[in-house]
Amino acid sequence: MARYVLEVNGQAKAVEVHDPQEPLLYVLRNDLRLTGAKYGCGLGQCGACTVIIDGEAVRSCLTPISSAKGKITTIEGLGTPQKPHAVQAAFIEEQAAQCGYCTNGMVMTTAAFLDKSKSPSASDVRDALAANVCRCGTHDRVVKAALRAASAK
Amino acid sequence: MNLSLNRRSFLTASSALVVAYAMNGPAKAQNPPGPPHKRRGVDAKQVDSYFVINADGTVTLYSGKVDLGTGHRIALPQIVADELGIEIERIAMIEGDTHLTPDQGSTSGSNGMMRGGVQTRQAAATARAALIKLGAARLGLPEADLDTAQGEVRAKNGSASVTFAALLAGGQFNLELDSKAPRRKPSEYRYVGKPVRRPDMPGKATGAHVWMHDFAVEGMLHGRSIYPPRPGARLVSVDEASIADIPGVKVVRIKDYLGVVAEREWHAEKAARQLKAQWDGGGLVTTSAQAQAYLRETGPRDTDEVAEKTGDFDAAWPQAVTKIKADYHWPMQSHASLGPSCAIADVRDGEATIWTASQGTHKFAEAFDGILQLPKGKVRQIYLDGAGCYGMNGHDDAAIDAAILSRAVGKPVRVQWSRADELAWDPKGPPQTLTIEAGLDGNQRVSTWRAHMWIPRPTPKLPNVPLVSPQLAGLPQMQGVATGSINIGAVPTYDIPHMEAVVHYVKDTPVRTSPLRAPGKLANLMAAESMMDALALGAGKDPLAFRLDHLKDPRSLDVLKKTAELHDWRPRVEPRRDGKGRGVAFTHYKGNETYVAMAVDVEVDRGTGAIRVTRVSCAHDCGQVISPDGVRAQIEGCLIQGVSRTLFEETRFDRERVTSVDWSSYRVIAFPEVPELKIALIDRPDKPPVGAGEAAIAPVAAAISNAVFDATGVRLQSAPFTPQRVRAAMAQSGTTAG
Repeated sequence: MARYVLEVNGQAKAVEVHDPQEPLLYVLRNDLRLTGAKYGCGLGQCGACTVIIDGEAVRSCLTPISSAKGKITTIEGLGTPQKPHAVQAAFIEEQAAQCGYCTNGMVMTTAAFLDKSKSPSASDVRDALAANVCRCGTHDRVVKAALRAASAK
Repeated sequence: MNLSLNRRSFLTASSALVVAYAMNGPAKAQNPPGPPHKRRGVDAKQVDSYFVINADGTVTLYSGKVDLGTGHRIALPQIVADELGIEIERIAMIEGDTHLTPDQGSTSGSNGMMRGGVQTRQAAATARAALIKLGAARLGLPEADLDTAQGEVRAKNGSASVTFAALLAGGQFNLELDSKAPRRKPSEYRYVGKPVRRPDMPGKATGAHVWMHDFAVEGMLHGRSIYPPRPGARLVSVDEASIADIPGVKVVRIKDYLGVVAEREWHAEKAARQLKAQWDGGGLVTTSAQAQAYLRETGPRDTDEVAEKTGDFDAAWPQAVTKIKADYHWPMQSHASLGPSCAIADVRDGEATIWTASQGTHKFAEAFDGILQLPKGKVRQIYLDGAGCYGMNGHDDAAIDAAILSRAVGKPVRVQWSRADELAWDPKGPPQTLTIEAGLDGNQRVSTWRAHMWIPRPTPKLPNVPLVSPQLAGLPQMQGVATGSINIGAVPTYDIPHMEAVVHYVKDTPVRTSPLRAPGKLANLMAAESMMDALALGAGKDPLAFRLDHLKDPRSLDVLKKTAELHDWRPRVEPRRDGKGRGVAFTHYKGNETYVAMAVDVEVDRGTGAIRVTRVSCAHDCGQVISPDGVRAQIEGCLIQGVSRTLFEETRFDRERVTSVDWSSYRVIAFPEVPELKIALIDRPDKPPVGAGEAAIAPVAAAISNAVFDATGVRLQSAPFTPQRVRAAMAQSGTTAG
C-alpha cells in the first residue's frame, strides 16, 4: 500500500492505493467521489474519462496513480450547476447532451482546447474533438457550444 | 419560452422518494434497500398511480417511462403542467421504480410520448376533471364556471379559488383513467409545443448529475463477470492462484458462470483480466462474413410467411414493362453504448433491490423474480440514467450479474462491464438480407413490387431478451430470439397496386439479438428506397418527383416537398457520376406513425472509395410536437447515428467470438465526419403525438445509397458502405477511378 498526495481542484488529497498501476480514474471516482469523469473504454479511445492536468486534457483511464503528478482539474473543479465555467454554461445554453455520458470528455477537452485556441473555427473544434466519441449524435450541439464558449471569452 | 425546472422544488417535493430517483446532486451513499418508502399502486389504469398532490402545493408525477437521454424528463411534465393547470416548476417527477411508478411497459420503439405521454395526459385530464368537481363543491359554484391554473381551481370570472392541495393533499383520486375526460385545447397550452430547458442539463455539464455508474450504496462491493472465450463454452477449471497477488478478491463460480468481487473496483477489474480459467467447447455457428449465406441458405430454416399483400403480384408481374431486381444486406450492429452497462444489486433475506438503467424495470423485475427464484413481487428495480441505449443493450445483463454476485456474497454488488464486454456481449441488431423485384407499367408508374426478406424469427410471447449469465449459471429463464419488428418497411406506402412481402425465417441468430433503434428499418428502407430510385431512373423521372407521383396522403407529400425546399432540390434524372451526388428517401414510419423525408449530399473519393456525407436536410412530422427542442435533438441523433451505422458499423465475428470489441474495431462516426444538418419540424397540434426517437434514422442508409449512386453511377446494397465496398462496386460496374 502506498500513499499518494494528489492536487485535485486546488486541494491536496491523500489516498492509499495498493497497485501503483491503478488508473487515476478509479481513484478519483471511488476514493475522492469525484464521479464526473467516466469510464468509457479504459483504452484512451473515447475521452469520457478526460481530466485536465497542468493545462493538458489527459485520459485518466490510462494515467497510473503513480504518475498522476501536477495540478489536476476535474469537471467538478471547473464549475458547478450554480456557478458554471464558460464552457459548461455554453453546453447548458445549447442543451448539448442527450444521455450526457460523454459530456465530461467534451467539456474538459473543449476547456483545455479553448485555453490555447482563442478564436477557433467550427472545423478547428471538430478536429480538437476528433478523438472524443459521442454515441447519441449530439456532435452538432457540442460544436455550437464550443464556439459559443469561445466567443464568450 | 425558456423555463427550467427548479431543482430545489424537485428535491423538496416528496423528498424521500426523490432520493431514490437521484436525479441530481452528489451521489449519496444509501442504506439498502433504499430509503423508507411506501409501496404504491402501479396499475397504469389508475389516476393515483400517476400523481400525488402534496400539501406544499407541488405535484409528484410518477412515470413508468424513463428518460434515457431523450428529454422525456421534461416533455412529460410539459404535458402534465398544461393538462392539470400548474406551473412546471412545481412538478417533481419520479421514473421507473417498480414500487412507485405505474407499469406503463418498456420505454422502447419510440413510444415514450406516443403511449406514455398520451396515457399520462389522460390521467392528468381525469385528475383535472376530478379537481374541478371537488372545487365546485368547495366553492359552491357550477363546474362549468371553473378552470384550473397555477395549482388552483379558479372561477373563470376570478371571484373565487381553492388550491389543489386544499382540495386533495394527502388524499387519493380513486379513479380510473377516463378517455372522455375533457382535454385542453392546443390554444390553451402554456408549455406544450414550446422549448423548455431540460432539468438535468446543468448537472450533466458539471459532473453533478448522478448516472447509474456514479451511484453507490453503503457496504457495496465491486463485481465483474468473466464471460467464456467462446459462447456456450463449459467452464472446466479456475486457477485462483493466478490472482493471489490481488488483495481481497473472492471468486464466484456457479456452473459455467464465473465472476469476481472485491472491495476495490480496480482490484475486481484487474482480477477479471488476470484470472486464469480453462474452458471447453463453444463457438458461433457462422462468421460475420458468411452472415448473408447463413440467412439465405445455411442457417436452420423456419417457416415462410406472406407478411403483407396488396393486389395480385403474380398475376400483374408478367405485364410489367420494365423489371428490376436487386439484393441487399445489412450486418449485425451493436448498440455500442458509450458507457458500458452497469448496475447495483442487493439480494438478501429473500428480497432484491436492483438499481439499473433498464428500459423496462417492471418487465425485468418480473423476469428477475423468476431467474432468482423469488416469490413474485420480491424484486424492486429502480431506474437511474445509464449511457444511451438505443433498443436494449447490456443494462439488464449487468443487473442480473450484480444480482447473482450479490446473492453469492450476501452484500450489495456493483457490476460494470468493460468496453470489450459491451461490444462483444450486448445483444446486437439482427442481420438482414433482402431481395426486391419491382416493375413499371406502360405509363412509367410502379405497378408491381415484391420483397423477400431473410431474417431471424422472433420468438412469440418471449417476455424479454434472454440474459447471458442466467444461461451460464443454469438459472431458469425463457429462451428465444428478440429482434423487434424487423419485417416492416420493405413494402413501401407508395400507391402501388400489386405488392407483397414474403418473409423467409431462420430459426436462430449467430449472435444474441435485441431491437436496435428502428429495428430492421434501415435495411428495409435501404432496399425499398434505393429500388424506388432505380425505378425512377427507369421511368426517366427525377427521384423526388417520382415519389410525389406515387403518394396521395397530404402529410407524406408535405415532408417530401419541405425536404426539397430545405435542400434546394433541383430535378434531374441521370446520375452526375462526378464524385458528388445527392439522394432522397422517405418513410411513413411503420405505415402509421411518423412521416420523414430527407435529402443528403455526399462526396465520394473515387480513388480511395471513401464516402463523406456533407449535408442532410430532413423534414419530420410526428403529429403534435410536445417538446420541440427534444424532438429536434432526437432527429439530430437519428441522422448522425444513421450516417455512422450506414458508413462504418459492423459487428464482426469469427467461429469463436465477436472480434470487434473496441472503438477502433467497432468504429463509429467522429466529429470531423458529421454532416451539416438542416431540420424542419412540421407541427400538427391537432394530431396525436407519435414517436420521434427512431423514425428519422430509418431512411438514412437509403438516402446515402441514392446519393452515392448519383455521385458514381453504382448502387451500394450492402452496409456498411466501406471504402473497400465502394471500390469493389465501382470496379464491378466498370466505373473507372478518378
